Formats: sequence, structure tokens, C-alpha cells
Amino acid sequence: MSVLALETRGLSKSFGGFKANTDVSLKVQAGARHALIGPNGAGKTTFINLLTGVLPATAGSVWLQGEDVTTISPQGRVRRGMARTFQINQLFNELTPLETVGLAISERTGFGAQWWRRIGTNSAVVDEAAELLMRMRLGDVMLRQTKVLPYGKQRLLEISLALACQPSLLLLDEPAAGVPEDERHEILDIVTALPESVTVLLIEHDMELVFTFADRISVLVQGMLFAEGSVEEISNDPRVKAVYLGEEAHV
Amino acid sequence: MRMSSREVSSSEIKTTQPALTPQAFLLAKTKWRWPEVAFWLVAFSLIWLMPNRHLLLNEIAILGLFALSIDLILGFAGIISLGHAAFFGLGAYAAGLMAKHGIGEPVVGLLVAGGIAGIAGFFSSFLILRGSDLTRLMITLGVALIFHEIANRMAWLTGGADGLLGIIIPPILGQFEFDFRGATAYTYSLVVLFLLFLLARRIIHSPFGLSLKALKDNRLRAGTIGIASARRIVAIYTLAAAYAGIAGGLLTQTTAFVSLEVLDFARSADALLVLVIGGSGYLYGGPIGAIFFKIMKDGLSALTPAYWLFWMGFALVVLVLVGRDRITGFADRLFAPVVALFGRKAR
Repeated sequence: MSVLALETRGLSKSFGGFKANTDVSLKVQAGARHALIGPNGAGKTTFINLLTGVLPATAGSVWLQGEDVTTISPQGRVRRGMARTFQINQLFNELTPLETVGLAISERTGFGAQWWRRIGTNSAVVDEAAELLMRMRLGDVMLRQTKVLPYGKQRLLEISLALACQPSLLLLDEPAAGVPEDERHEILDIVTALPESVTVLLIEHDMELVFTFADRISVLVQGMLFAEGSVEEISNDPRVKAVYLGEEAHV
Repeated sequence: MRMSSREVSSSEIKTTQPALTPQAFLLAKTKWRWPEVAFWLVAFSLIWLMPNRHLLLNEIAILGLFALSIDLILGFAGIISLGHAAFFGLGAYAAGLMAKHGIGEPVVGLLVAGGIAGIAGFFSSFLILRGSDLTRLMITLGVALIFHEIANRMAWLTGGADGLLGIIIPPILGQFEFDFRGATAYTYSLVVLFLLFLLARRIIHSPFGLSLKALKDNRLRAGTIGIASARRIVAIYTLAAAYAGIAGGLLTQTTAFVSLEVLDFARSADALLVLVIGGSGYLYGGPIGAIFFKIMKDGLSALTPAYWLFWMGFALVVLVLVGRDRITGFADRLFAPVVALFGRKAR
């Protein structure tokens, strides 16, 4: 058995009296395509914030590649191979995709704090950035300001920026959220074509995407792990159906 | 394998972006443009062209440097400060006290002034790491008030409200004597401004500088790609404080006087106004704003000696109400090619 890419043990988070996450113990195998689903307000965003260290956990621990990272800073977790994307774009609007991705690469390779060197003189960084953006179908827009890019391209840049950190574990928070139908396939293609070496935890609302992409699914309901299993098991689980149908009935 | 994919990508770039490779694009952004060269040529030529205005020009150069130091934190890291005079004043007193106690050599004095202000900046930077803009305004303002009061209370050292008397500044590097008309003073301040400008320009075009822009743009995301935002902010705040200290040192050395005025709230506010006038985030805002500010002040106080502050205030209200963006937006359209050449991003 190889080391787990990600494990949480009894992870909990309360905001005052409100329990956003309760005793979540999740195991993600290395190389897995693991999906975490759940109705709105199930605590998925809190969970991802606990994993990345943006929020401190009230109880429990987070293990990355067999190492306890519970007390490690968000930057430290990035250096140890954890990268994430955001449900709502969190990009650098004033910069170009080339600069954006270049920043992450510089940071990863240890050039990020250099102040005496001009940007662009480090051709290894520039080449890697350009190559990644080509692969992510952003080659033709990489010299334009991020804020003028179409939304679908910005979503691709979200993923590119996470990949530029060369993660061993990639947390995708609803990668296709808000993308118009005709640009959607581009995102799905990219997500399904992610290299095997990257373990992916997909936090998603869209069941269609989950069923085509994931090999294992965990269901989070009211801050607790409700069910876990293969796509087959989860899609046939009457309790999961009830949770989702119940929710849909409200909508 | 890697090589071949790189070759493929570079040939693809050529088909989609025939004019510019990514590397050339990045390097082009950092190139010197002719208006920049012209700006400095004019500034230096004024040493010979306007010998009667050297004292005013000296003040402009010092104010420009001080505003530049605020631009480093405001324009590039998004940190707003209403108390930057704390570092200016610290540098001014450091240079003054050294000269008074026998170590008067100006260049050494400046280095020490910058160093001491930088140390103070380093320690106070930890106070502004968290919180909103309003918190930062209050904290920086508070720090400056504390410095002002300390200088006031330590009258035995600083001369208190009377100012520090008996400062004698020997020739710069033992060569260039300060004169009454301010020729040496202006040349000296301009050279210091230019050198520090070059350093700042290099820094903002570096990976470090880019990471500051990213922090300003989106601190949350900067953290998730591994940028240690706190360290970067401490570094730039320290540097900006050192710049302010050097500006303060220049004022002391070129006027041979220091008083509590160097720590005044008005000094912080003026420099911020200068930056509002000149525009932040492209490095020339400080120097250009300082020119307009001083000329406006000079012109208005000559026209209406009693009410110049009224007109100054009026101009600023108009500037802010109409919106500097709209004014510069108009200027952008009018002088679009020139502004673009200065390296300022098109809106």
C-alpha cells in the first residue's frame, strides 16, 4: 500500500455554536480521482479551507503524503505539494496569465524573492510558464490582462495557476462553476486530462461532472461524512438520493 | 522529451504571437522609454538652466523622494499610510544629531539616517500586517504621533520645539561645499533621488516586485501559490522607511536645520497628496506630483499669500471629486502615446 495522498482524522470546525464540520475522517488514495459532494451548506468550503490551512481546525488533524500538516501555514502546505483552485475566481486581474503563472513557478523554484533580477531574464521560468499555458489552451491570450479574458479562460487560468505549483494533491473547488455551456467542454477536457501523478480531490455540486470524472465519491451532509464509495455504490445509494432529491424538491 | 515539447511550444507562439515571444514581452515591459530618459535629462539640466531656483528644486527633489517612498508601499503593495513622516523625521534627526556631534560627512549621514529609519520601519511593519486599510491608517498615524511626542519630550536631545541648532554640514565626500544658493544642495538631492529611483525601478521589475503587485491584487490567492505575504510586506515597508529616512536626512543636510516639523502629521498628509496628484503605482508619481504640488503652493502663495491653503484645498477637492482617474483619463486620451511610453498601464 502506498502512502495516502491525503487523510483527515476527526477534522472538526465550529464557528461559535455552529458546527460547520464534525469529525470528518477522509482518506484519499494516491493518484485517485476523488470527489466530495454534498448539498449546499454541507460544509464543503469549510472543509477545503481546513485542508489548505486558511482556517484553523477546532479539532482533528490533516495529513498530507503521510505528514501531519495540521499546524503548518498555507504557504508551507503549498510547498509540500497541496494546491487548490477557487469556486469563485481568485486571480490577479492586473497581471497577464504569463506573469500570473510565472509568479507561481518562481515561487516554487525559489526565485520568488529575488529583487535584483529583472523579470523575464530567467528563461527557465518563462519557458515553463509558456509551455503550461499552451497546454492549458491559454497560449493565444497569455500576454493579455487577466481581467479582460472571457470567463471560461479565467477558469482555465485558475487551474493553470494551481498546476504551476506542481502539486501532488490538487483540490478543485467546482472548476466549471458559472462557465457557459459552450465553454464547458474545454474545462472538462482539461480536468480529465490531468496527469496521473496528480491526485485530485474534486469538490463539486454538478453530479454529471462527478459521475464522469471520479472513481470514488464521498458525500458530506450537514458537516458530516454521510456516505463513501465507488461511483456505482453512491449513485445507487437510496440515502444519497434522498438527500439530493430532498434538496431538489426545495429548489 | 522536455526539449522537444519546448520547441513545439515556441513555434506555436510564433504562429499566434508573431510580434513578441513571452520572454521578449516581459523584457519589453522593463525597458527604458524615452520620456523617462527625457525626465531625468531635464531634471539634471536644471542644475545649469535654473540656477535661481535651486532651493525650490531641492525641496521638490526631497519631497519627490519622500512621496516615492510612500509609492513603494501604496502603489506596489497596497499599504496606505498616514504616518510616513515618522521615518522621514527619524532620518532627519539622525542626520542632524550626527552632524552636530562631529560625524557630519553627508553621505555617511544619509546611510545612517536610512539605516535607522529602516530599522524603525522593520519593527513597525509587524503592526500593519493584519487588518483593513482603516486599521493601517490609524496605526501608522498613531506611530507617527508617538514619534512626534517622543521628539518633543526629549528636548535635551532634539531641541524640542526650538529645533536642533548648531548643525554644520561639511563638504560632501570632502569635495563639494554647500553654497547659499543651493546649487550643491539640488545636485546632491537629485543624485540621491536618481540613484534610489534606479534601485526602486529595478526592484519593482523583479520577481519580488511582481509578487508585491500580486499581493496587492489578491492577497488570498497569493498565499495559496506559496507567496509568504507577511515577509514581502515587511521587506518593502522596511525599504520604504529607509527611503523616507534618507529623504529626511537630505532635508537636514541641505538646510542645516531640523525641527519638530519633520514629524508633523501635515508632512505625511502632504506626501500622500503629492502621490494623489502624481498618481501611484508607476514610480514617477512622487517626483511628478512633487513638481505640481510645490509649483502650485509657490504660485498660490505668491498670488494670495493669506489664502493659498484655501485654493490648495479647493484644487484637491476638485481633483478628488472629479476623480483623478477621470482627469488622467482625459490626459490619457490626450497624451496617450506619451503616457504609454512612460510605462503606465493603459486603463
